[in-house]
Amino acid sequence: MSATAAPATADQAGKPKEAKKNRLSGGFFRFVLTRFLLIIPTVFILVTVVFFVMRATGDPISAALGGRLTPQELQARIHAAGYDKPLIVQYFEYLGNLLHGDLGTTMTDNQPVVSILARYGSATFELAFLALIVALVVGIGLGRVAARRRDHAADAGIRTFAILCYATPVFFLGLILKLIFAIWLNVLPASGRSSLATEMQFSRLVSPTGFYIIDALQLGDMNVLADVLRHAVLPALALGLLTAGVFIRLVRTNVISTFNSGYVEAARSRGVSERRLLGKHAWRPALIPIITVMGMQIAMMLAGAVLTETTFEWKGLGFMLSQYLKARDFVAVQGIVILIAIIVAVVNFIVDVIAALIDPRVRY
Amino acid sequence: MTQQAQHTQHNAQQGDLANIKDLSVSFMTDAGSIKAVEDVNFTIPRKTVVGVVGESGSGKSVTARSIIKLLPETATTSGAIYLSNREDTGTLDVLSLSGEQLRTMRGSQAAMVFQEPNSVLNPVYTIGWQIEEGLRAHGMKDKKELRAKAIDILKKVGIPDAETRVDYYPHQFSGGQKQRIVIAMALVLNPGLILADEPTTALDVTVQAEILDLLRLARDEFGASVLIITHNMGVVADIADEVVVMYRGHVVEQGPVEQIFYKPQHEYTQRLLAAVPRIGQHLVVRDRKGDPIERKTDWHDEPLAVKARNLSITYPGHLMQPDFKAVDGIDFEIHRSEVLGLVGESGSGKSTTGRAIAGLQKVTGGSLNVLGVEMNGVKERDFKAKRADIGFVFQDPGSSFDPLMTIAENVAEPLLVHHKFGSVAEAKNYVGDLLEMVQLPRVYMDRYPHELSGGQRQRASLARGLALKPSLLIADEPTSALDVSVQAKVLELFKKLQAEIGFACLFITHDLAVVDMLADRIMVMHKGKIVEHDDADDIIERPQNPYTQKLLASLPLPDPVKQREHRARLRELLAAQQ
Amino acid sequence: MAKANASRTAISNDERLGNLRLRRKSAWAKLPIVKQLRVAVGWQKGMLVTGLVLCAFFLIVALFAPAIAPYGHAQIKDASGSFPAQAAPSAKHIWGTTAGGFDVFSRVVWGTRTAIIAIIVAVLLSIFAGVLLGLVSGYFGGWVDRVLVMIADAIYSFPSLLLAILMAIMISHGQSGLWSGILASGISITVVYIPQYFRTIRAEVIRIKESAYIESARVVGASTWRIMTKHLFKNSTRTLPVILTLNSSEAILTLAGLGFLGFGIEPTAAAEWGYDLNRSVSDVTAGIWWTAVFPGLAIVLVVLGITLVGESLNDLADPRLRARKSAGEVVGSIEDTSVDEKEGTSARNEVIAELDAAGNPIAAKPVATVTDYDEAFRASEWTGEGDTGNRGEE
Repeated sequence: MSATAAPATADQAGKPKEAKKNRLSGGFFRFVLTRFLLIIPTVFILVTVVFFVMRATGDPISAALGGRLTPQELQARIHAAGYDKPLIVQYFEYLGNLLHGDLGTTMTDNQPVVSILARYGSATFELAFLALIVALVVGIGLGRVAARRRDHAADAGIRTFAILCYATPVFFLGLILKLIFAIWLNVLPASGRSSLATEMQFSRLVSPTGFYIIDALQLGDMNVLADVLRHAVLPALALGLLTAGVFIRLVRTNVISTFNSGYVEAARSRGVSERRLLGKHAWRPALIPIITVMGMQIAMMLAGAVLTETTFEWKGLGFMLSQYLKARDFVAVQGIVILIAIIVAVVNFIVDVIAALIDPRVRY
Repeated sequence: MTQQAQHTQHNAQQGDLANIKDLSVSFMTDAGSIKAVEDVNFTIPRKTVVGVVGESGSGKSVTARSIIKLLPETATTSGAIYLSNREDTGTLDVLSLSGEQLRTMRGSQAAMVFQEPNSVLNPVYTIGWQIEEGLRAHGMKDKKELRAKAIDILKKVGIPDAETRVDYYPHQFSGGQKQRIVIAMALVLNPGLILADEPTTALDVTVQAEILDLLRLARDEFGASVLIITHNMGVVADIADEVVVMYRGHVVEQGPVEQIFYKPQHEYTQRLLAAVPRIGQHLVVRDRKGDPIERKTDWHDEPLAVKARNLSITYPGHLMQPDFKAVDGIDFEIHRSEVLGLVGESGSGKSTTGRAIAGLQKVTGGSLNVLGVEMNGVKERDFKAKRADIGFVFQDPGSSFDPLMTIAENVAEPLLVHHKFGSVAEAKNYVGDLLEMVQLPRVYMDRYPHELSGGQRQRASLARGLALKPSLLIADEPTSALDVSVQAKVLELFKKLQAEIGFACLFITHDLAVVDMLADRIMVMHKGKIVEHDDADDIIERPQNPYTQKLLASLPLPDPVKQREHRARLRELLAAQQ
Repeated sequence: MAKANASRTAISNDERLGNLRLRRKSAWAKLPIVKQLRVAVGWQKGMLVTGLVLCAFFLIVALFAPAIAPYGHAQIKDASGSFPAQAAPSAKHIWGTTAGGFDVFSRVVWGTRTAIIAIIVAVLLSIFAGVLLGLVSGYFGGWVDRVLVMIADAIYSFPSLLLAILMAIMISHGQSGLWSGILASGISITVVYIPQYFRTIRAEVIRIKESAYIESARVVGASTWRIMTKHLFKNSTRTLPVILTLNSSEAILTLAGLGFLGFGIEPTAAAEWGYDLNRSVSDVTAGIWWTAVFPGLAIVLVVLGITLVGESLNDLADPRLRARKSAGEVVGSIEDTSVDEKEGTSARNEVIAELDAAGNPIAAKPVATVTDYDEAFRASEWTGEGDTGNRGEE
């Protein structure tokens, strides 16, 4: 009847669907496949942008060593590294290396960028994981309370808290937490991932994972575990609260929106309790947009990790990135940034698939 | 007043299912407090279908929602609604309930069926779970029993293969089936009263007939009373035993359906009935002296304005999806000064056809000649000059004007585009004449679209469509978003202007009664094809195609006695077609 | 009633009722913020007012920085000699001094200027580019649109701070002076936010493009240029104030993050809060709190102020999120439902005007079989009809 209605849907509405078995449909796999293939252009675009932005104003050797070497020596090293070739040639060489998993070699300490991931990646993932737990517990818990007690004092309080979380730069929050808990109260360590004694303990491990919590469990030493956790509290809290601020707002808005929908109203008209309306009828549909946006926030968390790790000297990818930035080692910076880009693309893919699994309209 | 109220309350205890007494509801809005209904009194007898009719803004939805106290937080109520249970063992005042009492009453004593089944079903839960959810809310726990009940009720409302489909999600059903499921959700709780708020408005007319049958089933087999809210007098005539007429927040009349239709007491009811379009009743417009206004020429002798041969329009499918053929090889022509009615249900391709004539939709196959220009493969440059000769009136009066421009600026747009005037200021006088032509006051020029009512905007839309004195006008459901009385006036205006100006017209609508009032010839579309194409009277009186026959038989007549016969004919027809 | 009835849903005619009052608003009342202030109630109003006060406060500080700050942003000595390093707050240095001997209070005040200028540069540049791209891409579609969307999505999904770092490296190779530094930061932030404006505007354009008034313009043959400038531009940028405020706060955070990583502005060129916080990391370990707390609080308060305004605008724009209260008793007259008193009289006048109009020959009074002319009936049409005109919507 409607003039502008999408023709396909109008047609589907007209004829009853044929009986289908209730399992994951071809449509779902098609979705996963298309979504997976989308990673390639995404990463490609980012690699291209990163490469040309980094090289737009010069080669990394002059940037790092310019002024410290004679022009002849500089020129020789530039030639040796191939930075005097046309930019486009370098670009395709770089792409070719990337396909072989070669992200380049750092200039300052001469190690492959991939090995930085192997050595420091676990620290960042551990921090991000712990922060995510903080963000999820605080964000979902408070967000739901705010949606439920909408326009009441609790809602106002929670929203103010959320905006404060968001408005506080993660490094400032880190400094304040440090000041209060590590310096004034002296109950938690100020920086690092563990104390020296713990590091010694870890060196005994045959196959350390780099995830200190898992390593501590491997050792079976409660003191070591406690030490690791004590070190993790403040960084995880700082990074977690930053993300929690966004999560609270996200959960609140989406739950309020589904809570106002026709289907919740209809369920209410049949006598379903408010508690159940919020917990089931409004929650599950709200989850789809929530999870999608949360995926994007996980990417933002990696940026937050750079600042958090710098604040707490937490030796992960972010800390190393800021070290290389200070040293003007742009090959390393470029490598780490591209690494993060790939991680972000993969995380977003996984999150989108999870969201699709919840949504029967994609699943069947 | 008080005496009467006590009397009706007494009645309620004697046997009436519900008694609404002095109900007033007001809402808090940005602009202050607004009263939606005032001193509403009526009763709902047992095992009866009560139809509440009225135009938008008459407060009928608010009244129905008050019966289960399903009102927003901004609402304030006064008065009382006495609702007794099925067994007639107790009566309670709904408006005084709160919390747990209110929750247990909702659904078990009165359940609601909403207008738009798409938004009422939760997209992420199976329909079985959603049906069971109502039962769980009222204390049923046993899983097997819940499932058995859900399957049973789905069978009763006519969902085929209910055992499998109970585990389906809403998007796997068609619109009509979704509305059946919504009704099932209400029926499964076995309430004494079903409140149906425009349950068929979003549906096609053939599906509407099925849903109305289902509501009759609720009365006859489940022994429930049904309060049906509708703006459609045909629906009321079809299903209601009792009718309540509402107007601007008040009940103006209540009585048995025959009394309302044949002996309406209140002047508003009389006007409402007079405005309802009826099949077979031609619209005659007259001038001030009372002489009918006739077209100056016979359209049969006029040259063709539009000629389509084997016209096809295909929408390309997205990512690995098949293409969709909206229009599938149709032939037709429109003579100058002829009104061609194009009728069809949603997805029939009727709007696509209209849009193709106006150059809004690419023609993908066959030939479409509009005012001498071949539209298949046409370049915008070649067509632009002809655009001055084509007018278009859109369905939705809410969005057909740029909200940030005044009515004058909007109406003047075609004039400026085709350089008839240099600026809006220069065009003002002419725009004023145009507004007067569509019977709008000149002063409306400086208003913004949201400051006009739907009917007024549709007239302004007509003024814009006719601004360049086009020889072809395409009207895409121009009145389907309007109330009946407003629709009547817009149609009348339309007819008059057509007779006076004599433009060729494609009038697209889903409503056979409306098209019968205006059209010289009628074309019926179904799934992209033209199934029947003939003089209007022939189609209406002697439909040949089974689909046209079904369409005509499904259209409820605004006359309870005739509709009873008409319904029987639909049954015969459906039985014969199967 | 409000408490007892838990249903919060606005019934479907809610908006219509809300729109019913057709009172002509003065130009003043139509200004974005003023309009919102009038609509807001309860603590939602409190949020908006708090945000506006904070924003105004920092704007004033930025404007009058030379008058407020006792010392220059890079001043380390005055007539009485060099400032002490890491001195605790005192009468001479009310917020203490840094390790480098800067006066913390002065640096915070001057830093306000840097922050505000950076926001303005960043927002102006990204709006310009984003809106233009969004309009063109959304309206024309096709493969250009698809490629732009893919690039925007890729950049959007990428951590904005990292991208800003890259841009800062490209533009200034690290550190620079006041204007070049601010410009570098501004452009870095711009590139990050272009995709956001692009996505928002494009989504709006695609929605509006399908609406009947654009189709109507196409039917009459309006040129693409006319459609874009007359209809699309104004209508698609209506949501911009909300994104604009929310992005300004992100711009400050990004600027501070850049400064914290040492990619901001040289301390001698201008005061920048992020840089000061970077310097204070080691101070904190030594228990020196004043070098960190004051610039940090400044960031928090600016971002808080802007975010409060942005969130309030966002909530007020969405009726579902807007707070409303119950009237408490049944008040208001039915006539109010239709038109407000002022309009009531004029509406009646217009009915008469319409009857007069019917007197002219082209609009001759028709005596139709369906309806007949009747003043009361027409009055009901003028006044009794809803605004959205949605069929069956009540």
